[in-house]
Amino acid sequence: MARAVTPRRKLITTIAAWAVALIIFFPVLWMILTSFKTEASAVANPPEFLSADWTLENYAEVWARSDYPRFFWNSVVISVGSTLLGLLVAVPSAWAMAFVPGKKTKDLLMWMLSTKMMPAVAVMIPLYLLFQRLGLIDTKIGLVFALMLMNLPIIIWMLYTYFKEIPGEILEASRMDGASLWGEIVHVLTPMALPGIASTMLLNIILAWNEAFWTIVLTTTKAAPLSAFIASFSAPQGLFYAKLSAASAMAIMPILILGWFSQKQLVRGLTFGAVK
Amino acid sequence: MGKIELTKVRKSFGDVHVIPGIDLEINDGEFVVFVGPSGCGKSTLLRLIAGLEDTTSGTIEIDGKDATNLPPAKRGLAMVFQSYALYPHMTVRKNIAFPLKMAGMDQAEQDKRVERAAKVLNLANYLDRRPGQLSGGQRQRVAIGRAIVREPAAFLFDEPLSNLDAALRVGMRQEISELHQSLKTTMIYVTHDQVEAMTMADKIVVLNAGNIEQVGAPLELYNNPRNLFVAGFIGSPKMNFITGAEAAKHNAHTIGVRPEHISVGDGPWEGVVGLSEHLGSDSFIKVDVNGIGVINVRGTGELHVHHGDRIKLAPAGKIHRFDANGLALA
Repeated sequence: MARAVTPRRKLITTIAAWAVALIIFFPVLWMILTSFKTEASAVANPPEFLSADWTLENYAEVWARSDYPRFFWNSVVISVGSTLLGLLVAVPSAWAMAFVPGKKTKDLLMWMLSTKMMPAVAVMIPLYLLFQRLGLIDTKIGLVFALMLMNLPIIIWMLYTYFKEIPGEILEASRMDGASLWGEIVHVLTPMALPGIASTMLLNIILAWNEAFWTIVLTTTKAAPLSAFIASFSAPQGLFYAKLSAASAMAIMPILILGWFSQKQLVRGLTFGAVK
Repeated sequence: MGKIELTKVRKSFGDVHVIPGIDLEINDGEFVVFVGPSGCGKSTLLRLIAGLEDTTSGTIEIDGKDATNLPPAKRGLAMVFQSYALYPHMTVRKNIAFPLKMAGMDQAEQDKRVERAAKVLNLANYLDRRPGQLSGGQRQRVAIGRAIVREPAAFLFDEPLSNLDAALRVGMRQEISELHQSLKTTMIYVTHDQVEAMTMADKIVVLNAGNIEQVGAPLELYNNPRNLFVAGFIGSPKMNFITGAEAAKHNAHTIGVRPEHISVGDGPWEGVVGLSEHLGSDSFIKVDVNGIGVINVRGTGELHVHHGDRIKLAPAGKIHRFDANGLALA
């Protein structure tokens, strides 16, 4: 039986939700505040929540010292490219698993997902050597492939969940109507699953944008995205927290804005199929 | 043309033999209804003809050509599904035109055929709507529209009226029958509703556990059922079966009397009325007859009998006789 939502219960859940949200958001908030502080204020002990003298100098210096547009462009190419390539592979795979499942389909899905539990460092050496032999170190195409492979299990899982919601009879109807397999996927399946595909795309762009391990390991300068841009500010000469924070804020801002505007789609995507 | 011939068609899913082996001939222009209880294999048989399922063995010929291994689109058949299976992201116009687009037909011809189908099916005012904005009956008409524009060799209907309410079902039933009369195209129609089967079919195929029990015209099946299963399945309420001494009097193991072939008033069977239902046009009563068991009676108009009344009954129509194997005796 559903429990009644009393005003008191609503108040408690609202406060609890805000509290959790603030705890999660606090490091980001602290980073943004620090990015506007002087280096001295950033490392003050006890910490200063609000600085005495706010400054934009960190942003100016970070911009001047590095080629932000190039890092930004690399991040766009790598995250969007790996997501689009991932979709190209995942749509037919998820179609097969959803509509012509075999006896081992569920096992295969679980196995694919289990690869996400593996620590990335476990395959670092072989992958690095492979990339080196193929001449893919510090290339955008190399990272597009690497991140596509990293996120492929999630893309396939999400699409599989959406496709399972599409009645098989509609696809059979398209087959009766003369659609080839390609026609079925292009004219019927994809348009019907478009909201799901959009959610999957958004989530994977975010995952790829935020990926730091492989992007730092497999790049040096040419193909380095914003994660490497942040790392470049933790210099051997010492940590400059204010500048590091400014660089981090500049790195996450584009994806934060994208996430903010598409949050409805993202939430729908992440909870799809969870509640019937 | 739309002659369909099935020879020794078998279908198994693993160890489960859904269709153990069927031979069937459907003539051009016939309205054939597959009828039978749930799980009897009627939908599977239709899907085998459509090409949506592969046969385990046997051949399916359409217009004299072997179509057993042809993909659905190459068989020249159109199908209407129980769930309508419309494309929700397309307008009615695009839904109906979809098979024409897939066939690579030019736009002008597509438009002409869609307009013609829409006129026949009273959909002209809804062409720019999406399926979600239509009622159940309208959706079913769109599904039929999508089937007729292709001018197929035969139409396949898989329980197309099951999702409609009772009133709409009667209307759509008549519309499909009229469509058949005007198009004169072969139609294969799957249903578990014997009223649909009796009213629409030229030929009924009664299926049970994947086997054909009898094929024939509706009244032929009603008047001369080949066995106990067909006798019990065709007709509503179902035929009364009597065994024992009463059957022995007619030199049979079992006798069957339809509820509408029993008169109330005088007769050899005496019993007490259990349930009585009065519909105005008909009365349905259940009578517990001494030494025979419960007998269903259907009377025209108002039968003035009620629960607890002691009445007499007499068979007043054909008495169907069956042997110990359940087969009809001549």
